[in-house]
Formats: sequence, structure tokens, C-alpha cells
Amino acid sequence: MKWGVITFPGSLDDGDALYALREVMGQEAIALWHADERLYGVECVVLPGGFSYGDYLRCGALARFSPVMKSVARFARDGGLVLGICNGFQILCEARLLPGALTRNRSLSFICDRVALRVENASTPLTRLFSVGDVIRLPIKHGAGLFVASDEELALVEKRGQVLLRYVNAEGQATDEANPNGSLNNIAAIANETFNVFGLMPHPEHAVEADLGGEDGLKLFYSLVAEDR
Amino acid sequence: MSDTIPIALPSDPPVTVELARALGLTENEYRVIEARLGRRPTYTELGVFSVMWSEHCSYKSSKLHLRQLPHSGRAVVRGPGENAGAIEIGDGWLAVFKIESHNHPSYVEPYQGAATGVGGIIRDILAMGARPIATLNSLKFGDFDYPRMTYLVRGVVGGIGGYGNCVGVPTVGGEASFSKEYNKNILVNVFCLGLARKGELMSASAKSVGSAVIYAGSATGRDGIHGASLLASAEFDSAEKSKRPSVQVGDPFMGKILIEACLEAFATGAVEACQDMGAAGLTSSSSELAARGGLGIELDLDKVPLREPALTPYEILLSESQERMLLLVCPGREGEVLSVFRKWDLPACVVGRIVAENRWRAFYRGALVADIPVNALTVDAPVYNRPVKARPVARDYSHSSTLCKSRGELEHGEVLRVLIGSPNVASKRWIYRQFDYLVQSNTLVEPGGDAAVLRIKGTQRALAIAVDSNFRLCARDPYIGAVAAVCEAALNVACVGATPVGITDCLNYGSPERPEVMWEFARSVEGIRDAALALEIPVVSGNVSFYNETDGQPIPPTPTIAVVGVLNERAHRLSSYFKRADDAVALVKGGKLRLAATAYEALLEQKRSGVSFGWVLPPIEPELVKATVDALSEAAALGIVSSAHDVSEGGIGVALVECCFNPNGVLGVEVSLDGLDELGVGEALFAEGTPLVIVSLPEANLERAAKVFTDRGLEFKTLGKVKNEPKLTVKDLIDEDCNALWEVYHRALPRRLGEHV
Repeated sequence: MKWGVITFPGSLDDGDALYALREVMGQEAIALWHADERLYGVECVVLPGGFSYGDYLRCGALARFSPVMKSVARFARDGGLVLGICNGFQILCEARLLPGALTRNRSLSFICDRVALRVENASTPLTRLFSVGDVIRLPIKHGAGLFVASDEELALVEKRGQVLLRYVNAEGQATDEANPNGSLNNIAAIANETFNVFGLMPHPEHAVEADLGGEDGLKLFYSLVAEDR
Repeated sequence: MSDTIPIALPSDPPVTVELARALGLTENEYRVIEARLGRRPTYTELGVFSVMWSEHCSYKSSKLHLRQLPHSGRAVVRGPGENAGAIEIGDGWLAVFKIESHNHPSYVEPYQGAATGVGGIIRDILAMGARPIATLNSLKFGDFDYPRMTYLVRGVVGGIGGYGNCVGVPTVGGEASFSKEYNKNILVNVFCLGLARKGELMSASAKSVGSAVIYAGSATGRDGIHGASLLASAEFDSAEKSKRPSVQVGDPFMGKILIEACLEAFATGAVEACQDMGAAGLTSSSSELAARGGLGIELDLDKVPLREPALTPYEILLSESQERMLLLVCPGREGEVLSVFRKWDLPACVVGRIVAENRWRAFYRGALVADIPVNALTVDAPVYNRPVKARPVARDYSHSSTLCKSRGELEHGEVLRVLIGSPNVASKRWIYRQFDYLVQSNTLVEPGGDAAVLRIKGTQRALAIAVDSNFRLCARDPYIGAVAAVCEAALNVACVGATPVGITDCLNYGSPERPEVMWEFARSVEGIRDAALALEIPVVSGNVSFYNETDGQPIPPTPTIAVVGVLNERAHRLSSYFKRADDAVALVKGGKLRLAATAYEALLEQKRSGVSFGWVLPPIEPELVKATVDALSEAAALGIVSSAHDVSEGGIGVALVECCFNPNGVLGVEVSLDGLDELGVGEALFAEGTPLVIVSLPEANLERAAKVFTDRGLEFKTLGKVKNEPKLTVKDLIDEDCNALWEVYHRALPRRLGEHV
């Protein structure tokens, strides 16, 4: 499967995503440049973590106007796989390719930690190698990861099974204490209505090697690869 | 052009001795300037001299002492005098590193002060042609009860995170202490390490006449003018708020773009030399680049990108606006370099040329406004051999054998709980949780361990980094304190199984114009020298921060030491926490246990104010530390030890507790301290020492491990066993639940900051 990882000015985890895909998984993966509209025939576009344009305005608010984002929107409408991680998730929300928005953590502080997450829907391209209820551990590192949506939108997202991962405690319960940033309904990852665009605040690319924080992230990437077959 | 005398601008104030003094120069220094120029300087020139001859830029009070430090070694590729030191670490890689202070700016404006401290040191590493891969920090705050302290703690931590997280360089470790001595002068020291390929290091010396001087990065504004001279090189008084305009403002997004664009520009091969426009901005970077190459430089100030048009030459030259780099580019290849910056949408332009004559010249609106011999600004700047006056060091303490009595009614378990819940000992998770320590995917050992460990991609090797300081010991005896700081940093690196290869130091003191402070400084440098020699670790870079005093009250001498180590096989690394139940627990010890200048002593003094315990400060034998470092690295390579943890703040008891905090589930330990009775068993529990290390290992390896340590003249004493049940049992003294201790340890800092956890 051919992957493309976009570098926006201020992207930080683009190199880490490429490393995970190429060096750890042995996938074909290319770097895409924000100012270049072409997608070079990739089958999955990754919008990486970071602080695009410094996030001095709203997170992701400027990056969505990058030339490459026009192609990403078209690619998504045509059913292409798009994965937004952290800042990438924020950009996809700003671009209205995903519902809701991400705002400042309720602590108002940046949080870097490892959290437990429960798989809520295992029949999507991103989660198909899991079972519903599986608890996995991934790192988070963000200052604006509080997922919000209007009451109606949230109800729809829940009803349609668009919630993919929820913050939980070690026992797998979505408690308020286990919610690191105050996200509504402990939501950590969602899909669009057609289940080909995904956004997650945790960083799967930082959980692909046993001695660097575990391998739970690998399974998410491999789920997308399985989709390819 | 060279015969022309620089002109004064209509807006320039008249140049007088009083003006020179107001800019931080002495009357004598002003006379020397006149003599060097053979005329009265212009206002612009006077400003240039005032920053270049400031303590911060010239090292005029410290230079003579720093020469004693051992700089050379087989692996040293670059030593002091450049933007950072560089050490060969194998597989064709160089580790490039340096530590720097940003103390006064952080006190005046904690968020921006700390943020720009991070940005500045990152660009020093970048200027060497290395990709910055990690920062660490050493923070000294005052007492939590001091009025502004919570604000300062939050601001500094927020600023380090705000910059580091956004610039994409992980903050992988550090240390933080809290003590009233720093109430009015906190310390923010930031370390950065980068990786470069051997042979691809960037130079900081001008090479050829005709080279283009390229300015790249943010436009120049009025921020930070006189940061180096008036903020960094003068003591504080109560009016420090008025110095806020001297604090620079950081733009980490620009910082990130600058990293990528500069590395790409270096890869063209057209860049001959590079320097960050840090303290004293365009002035210091341009004059130092020229001076190192024995050449001259001409700057056209009309070409410098400005934030507002009205800036004077004085302001342009002295601005410390952040995120700016100065590159020297081979004649004729300017276009290649400029196109890289264009790709990254970054302002860049040619602002001058390297010339043969040893002159530093600046032109403004076609007229010469400064014309100074390059060497007068740099190598020929004043050097002072300042008077020193020894202050009495408490060496006459007699050994007291009635220690248990002084502890009075306090029960051992209670002391332990108080210690691990004190801000200096407690977990610093509240701090490092606000830092991205994962980006770049190299972090093998995360913050909270003895040393940070980073893998080097594409190899089996890893780097270990620790920063250390010991203000309590330094306050008691600056020599022993400095020796201890070097030894503890080296031991921390050794505890993960690495071999120390290089030191960088950040030396924080009061005013060098006080003979007592100068003596503290001199003694500290001697301590660092002796420890570095004994441990055979070269000091490859460093920074001196004087004038850390407010209202006439200097801080205790505070040398911060960072040690970088190499692990040839990253798989051999050791954890600081116990790995599994039934492992044996042993103490590695060289020299004497110490109660003087410990957290325990401080606690007792606090409980019974004014009582001095008269405990002795035993000497540290760096040879025994060297033996411990070698033994640990051998034991790690042999794979016979499971964990190693350096005993530091809080002593043996606290170290044992920390060892139980396995992140996969809290363990327990059952030990006896019988036989450690040189102080009385009860006190040994809280004793510190150097070297003093707790190791755990499978019982089957005990004999082999003991031999590794005792063959080197160290004591190796089996204390007990790791237990599955999370209980800390110290025979006759302690019986505590480790989960409860975990709560105390992790909740102490957030609680002090008024947060619910």
C-alpha cells in the first residue's frame, strides 16, 4: 500500500509517521508537501501531528487552506483513506472533513502521557484488527484535544458508530478521571459518516516499537493495510 | 572607504563617560575603547562595545579560571569557544551539545524568558550543523510560599513546553529544586544536544574574503536590546519589572522552520560558517564569525529585514530578536542558499561581505556608522583577574555520635513520608507531563529516570544524558559541591549503563565584583576540573552566568553539570526501578555516608529552626566514583544487573522507595541496613553519599556482580530482596505501604501548586 504523509509548515511528527510506516512496517510511504496539490497516487493520506503555522490562530485553521488540502478533500469525497493524527485531526475538523472541533484541554495545559483507550467500533478500516471493548495504550501529547460538538451532532456521531476510541481507565471504564482533556463522552478518535476519514488525538506512530512505548499503534496502521487487500 | 571616520547620527546622544557607565561599561573600559579606536566612539560604536564587553559576551571575569578545565580527549571534535562542543560517539555520528542559562529574563517574564532560553540553545546546536534531538533543563525556584513563586513555576514550565513542544525537539529530562535562596533569582538552565554526521560539522569561522553574509529568519525588532549587558550582566534590584522590554519574545514556529531551512541550506555545501544571532544579536554573531577566521566584515544595515522602518543602527545592531541566523556563503553561491529559504517562506537576504582587513564596519543609508578593529570586540576584550576572598567553609564540624537524639521524636516512617512529599524529592511529573518527550521517536528512557536515554536510529547505540547540581553542598563548600555535581551527573549516566564521554557546564553565581563570590566561582571551577580529570571526561562547552543576585543577596554558588554518555548496545540499558520480585538488592558504596547538607538535615533544621547539627562534610573521592562508573558499565554490558539507581536527595530510604515505582506495577522491597552503622542505622536510612548506588539483580549473579565492584575497591553490600507485595520494609525501622508512598510522591507537587489530582 502506498502512503503519503503531508508536511505543513510546523508539522512535527511527519518524520515519525514516515519512520513508522517505512522502517518499522516496511510500507511504501512518501512525503507530501503542503504547497504541492498532487497526491502522487497514494492510497492513504496521513496528516501528522505538530503545530502547523504555529497554531497561533485556532489549531489547524490555517493549514486547511494549504493547496494540498483541496486534493485531500477531493480524495476523501472519492472514498480515499485519510488519517489525521493530533494536529492532523484538528485540521480535518477545520476542513469540515470530520464533525466537531478540538479546543483547549480543560486543564489549559499541554499534556504528554500514555493513556488507555477502548475500541468502540471494530468494523472500520482503521480498527478492523481489533474487537469492540479492547483496551489499548497510546501516547497523547497535545494542548487542544478537548473534543466538542453540538448536542445533535454528538448524538448522531454516537448513533452512527463514528466514535472509534474513548479514553478509559485501566479497567476499561470511560470515567471522568480517565478523561485527560475533558473531551465530550471521553471521545479520543472519530470517523466521518462514510468511514474513510479518521481523526485521533493519540499518536499511533509513537507506539510501534516494543522498547519505545509498545506496539498498539502498529495494529491501527495494519488495519488500514488490511483494508487495502 | 576605510579612511572615513564613522559619522554620528542627528538622533545620537552625545558620547560621554556617564553614558558609557549607563550602558554597563566602567570608566576605565571607556578609556580603553578610546585608546583602541584612537578617537571618541560614536554612539553606535559605544553600544556595540557595551554588549561585546559585557560579562555575558566576553567572559571577562571567568576566562582566566575556565582555562584550567580539561578540554581535550580522543573523541573531542570541537571544544569550547565555538557555538557548542562536539564529541565522536561511533558509527560516524557526532554528539553536539551545550547548556546555557536564561535566569534573569525568566525571573522578569517567566514564560518568554524560559521559552527564548530553549530557542537560543537549540539554535546554538543548529549553528553547528547538527539536528537538535533533545533538550533537558535544570530549574531552581524559590520557596513555594514566596509571593510570585507559583506564577514563576507555571510560567517557566509553560514557556519551556510552549517553545519546545512547538519546535519539535523533545524535552527528555531535567531537574527542579525549590529553596528560599532562589526566591529573588530563579535559575533556568537549558541543555540541548544535536546529532551531526562526522565531517559535516558546520564551522563558526569566516573562511574566504568575499563570502556573502546572509541574514535568515525573523525580521529585526526592538526586543531584547541590551539583554546581554543590562539584563544578563548586572544584578537585580526591586525595579526588575522595568527591565521587561529587555526580554525577547519567542516564535517557536519560526524556530522550527529555521531548523529545517538551515539544515537544508547546509546540505547544499555552499555555507562556510554559521552562527545564531543570540546575545548581542547581529553584532556578536558577525564579529565573532570574522574574528575566528582572522578576517573582517562589512554590514549594510539597510538590507537587514526590519519589523518597523524607524530602527536606528544602534537598535539594529543590538537587537536580540529571536529566530535569526547569520550564514557565510561561498562567493557566487548565494542564490542556491536563498532559494532554500524561499521554499520555506523565510525571509533571507545578503546583508554584507567578509573582507580581508581586520575591521568590523557597519553602513547605514550609505554612510559608515561603525568602524572597529574586529579583535577589539572579541579576542582583545578586557580580561580581569578579579580579587578573591575565601569565606569560612564549615570544615571544623566534629563528628557527632548522638544523631538519633537530634532527630528527636520523629518516627522513621514519618520522616520518609515527609521527605518523599517534599518538593525537592517528590516526582516532577507535574512538570514533564507538560513537555513533549516523544517527538522524533528516539526516547528509550523517559523523564523520571536517572538519565534520559535516546536511541540513535540506524545503529544499536544510544545516548544517555543527565543534568545535575547540588545547591546544598555548594552552599556549604563550593569545591565539594562542584565535585559532587560532576560525580552525580556521571553516576546518573552510568546508572543506565552508559559510559560518560563529555561534560557541559552552566555556572551560576552572584556578582563577580564581590571577592567572596569570585572565590566561590574559582573553587567551583577547581572542583569541576579535579572531578573531570579523575573521571576522564572532557568539558567541551559551557556558559557562565554571573550577577545572579537581588538587593545585594547573591544565590548560593550553583554549577549545573550535564554529562553525556554512550551505550554501545541499547539493549544493555538498565532501568532505575526494580524489574522483578525476588531479585537481590545491593548497595554499591565508596567513601563515607553523609548527613551534612542533605534533604534530611534541611528537614530537621526546618523542624527546629536555628539548630545546627554539626554534621561533617566528608570529602568526595572522584577516583571511587570513576570506579563505580566503570563497574556499572561493565555490569550492564555483562547483563548481570537488572536495575541501578543513584542515591541522591533524600538518601538511601528515598532511593529504595523510588526503586519500587515500577511503571508496570508498584513493587516492594525488604531490606536490612545492619552493618551500615558508621552513623547509626537509623540515620543511615536518610544518608546521602557519592558514590552511592542501589542495584537489583538475580540472586544467581550476586557473586559475579560483587566481584565487578569489589575488585575496583568499592563496597558491595547485599541489603535484601525485591518483593511482589508493595511494601517497604527496612528491618527495625520502616514498614510502609508502597502504593500509599506512590500517592504521596506523585501528588506532592500538584498539591503545592494548588491543583486537584
